[in-house]
Amino acid sequence: MAMTVEDRPALADDVAAHLKRRARWSPLEIAFWIFAFATIWLFPGKYLILKDAAILALFALSLDLILGYAGILSLGQAAFFGLAGYFAGLVAKYGVINEPVIALVCSGVAAAALGFVTSFLVLRGSDLTRLMVTLGVSLMLGEVANRYSEITGGADGLQGVDIAPIFGRFRFDLYGHNGYVYCLIVLFVCFVIARRIIYSPFGLSLRAIKENTLRAAAVGIPVKWRLVAIYTISAGFAGIAGGLLTQTTAFCSLDVFSLDRSADLLLVLIIGGTGYLYGGLIGAVIYKLLQDWIANLTPQYWQFWIGLVLVVIVLVGRERIGGGNAALRAAVVRLGARLTSRPATLGGAAPDGR
Amino acid sequence: MPILETIGLEKRFGGIVAAHDVNLAVEKGARHALIGPNGAGKTTVINMLTGVLKPTAGRIMLEGRDITGLLPHERVRLGMARTFQINQLFLGLTPLESIGLVVSERLGLGSDWWRLVGTKSAVTDEIVEIVERFRLTDVMHERAAILPYGKQRLLEIALAFACRPHVLLLDEPAAGVPEVERHELLATIEALPAEVTVLLIEHDMDLVFSFADRISVLVNGTLFVDGAPEEVARDPRVKAVYLGEELDA
Repeated sequence: MAMTVEDRPALADDVAAHLKRRARWSPLEIAFWIFAFATIWLFPGKYLILKDAAILALFALSLDLILGYAGILSLGQAAFFGLAGYFAGLVAKYGVINEPVIALVCSGVAAAALGFVTSFLVLRGSDLTRLMVTLGVSLMLGEVANRYSEITGGADGLQGVDIAPIFGRFRFDLYGHNGYVYCLIVLFVCFVIARRIIYSPFGLSLRAIKENTLRAAAVGIPVKWRLVAIYTISAGFAGIAGGLLTQTTAFCSLDVFSLDRSADLLLVLIIGGTGYLYGGLIGAVIYKLLQDWIANLTPQYWQFWIGLVLVVIVLVGRERIGGGNAALRAAVVRLGARLTSRPATLGGAAPDGR
Repeated sequence: MPILETIGLEKRFGGIVAAHDVNLAVEKGARHALIGPNGAGKTTVINMLTGVLKPTAGRIMLEGRDITGLLPHERVRLGMARTFQINQLFLGLTPLESIGLVVSERLGLGSDWWRLVGTKSAVTDEIVEIVERFRLTDVMHERAAILPYGKQRLLEIALAFACRPHVLLLDEPAAGVPEVERHELLATIEALPAEVTVLLIEHDMDLVFSFADRISVLVNGTLFVDGAPEEVARDPRVKAVYLGEELDA
């Protein structure tokens, strides 16, 4: 199949076109986002749960970036979520940064800084090591927040947070309309950034690392630094989600650091799948609706049913879930068992708390 | 000065000596073959050269520079790339994406997280050159996992070649390739640019003697004989330990 000289530009065009086509928005994606924004008008009575779903979706997106694209399994995303949550609460409470959007970006940066520092611990070892180290970091942070209750409000939570209007114009109203629109726009912006990242050369190098670390290093990819970079970015996204929660509820409590919160993320990604960015979004919506629906049916024992659904999902198996697969499934089976065996104290009282 | 040189290279795993006092000199532009019976330490040597294994003693020089302590990816950037005896591909990616990735990486775009892959013509031009050279044009949109073995083997070499190495280490490139696909593979290896120095680790004596202009024989972790193919073929010790049957036939 000798190529003649004239074929060459055609082939180069074909190559360029194919590479660009990878990143093109599909009609399905466009429809997804049109529908997402249409919910503002379609479900005016559901702003609170929609807002929770949007925050959870962004949070899950942050985990998908490291799990689905770099194969890092983490149970510690709540560390970043919580740190940024308190950051957003404290800067608002003490009037350090009044404008919510700027405060939100700063919360994300603070979380990213923590992500950068802890990445060096996390990137050692195997899946199980990572799981434990990430979990440990978030437990430690939670305890630090508990210890310094004069700053964080301790078990009572951070009181007296007053969030200024967005851009000085859009006040967070009681119905949650502006709060939801705000969350949705932030989610969309973060999603677009994440999407850019995964289709960039950097994103492709992450996939290469996930597919074959040995070969990735053998073609000149500085594996460690790439993982540090994506872990930092992911922490920033988790932080923005945490900041959003504080800003839209004008409250922040130690619960932001809880293991349940990190574990929820794995559940969300089990439901939605990893490695195609929409897994976290779709999973978050399904998870929230499921939670809401079951909690209405059986307010006291809703976690039993959630646990059951998860066990079934995991056992039936999801082809879409990418690397770290076996460990992730095993972790979730254990987690499902834990949820089902636990008395419904936390969740039974406040199923919409998360 | 040799382009790639090892000085007193040694590797021990506990009490086992896998390589001992290996002094290998590969001249610029050479087609150098490293041969030896199974378990002679060929793979240990290549793993030390590429930085996968840390030598117990000795030094590795690339173009006069000591690279003994460098990480694998740093050696790639200095101009040495390798292939693997058992394919190490990015199975979920297409040849186009895999090669595009390596080319982007080499052109320093690897940390670019905003621009899309393939928007630079420097990258696409080079991808085209490489898919053509390695005869992957027909399959460039297929996932690597489903390519025929011979094409996977070509992709294996293409990925290393895309690093634009000055020294290319080929670890048994023809291993396991069925006869029908073999010709294409060998022709591609023959056609590698003359300025690229090739160190070939190989079992297959036909390939070694048709391709190499210099041969080093490794036995029990030590360089045994080192010379031109004719000398090595004539050497009675080599015949005795290793080549006997193949060459007498």
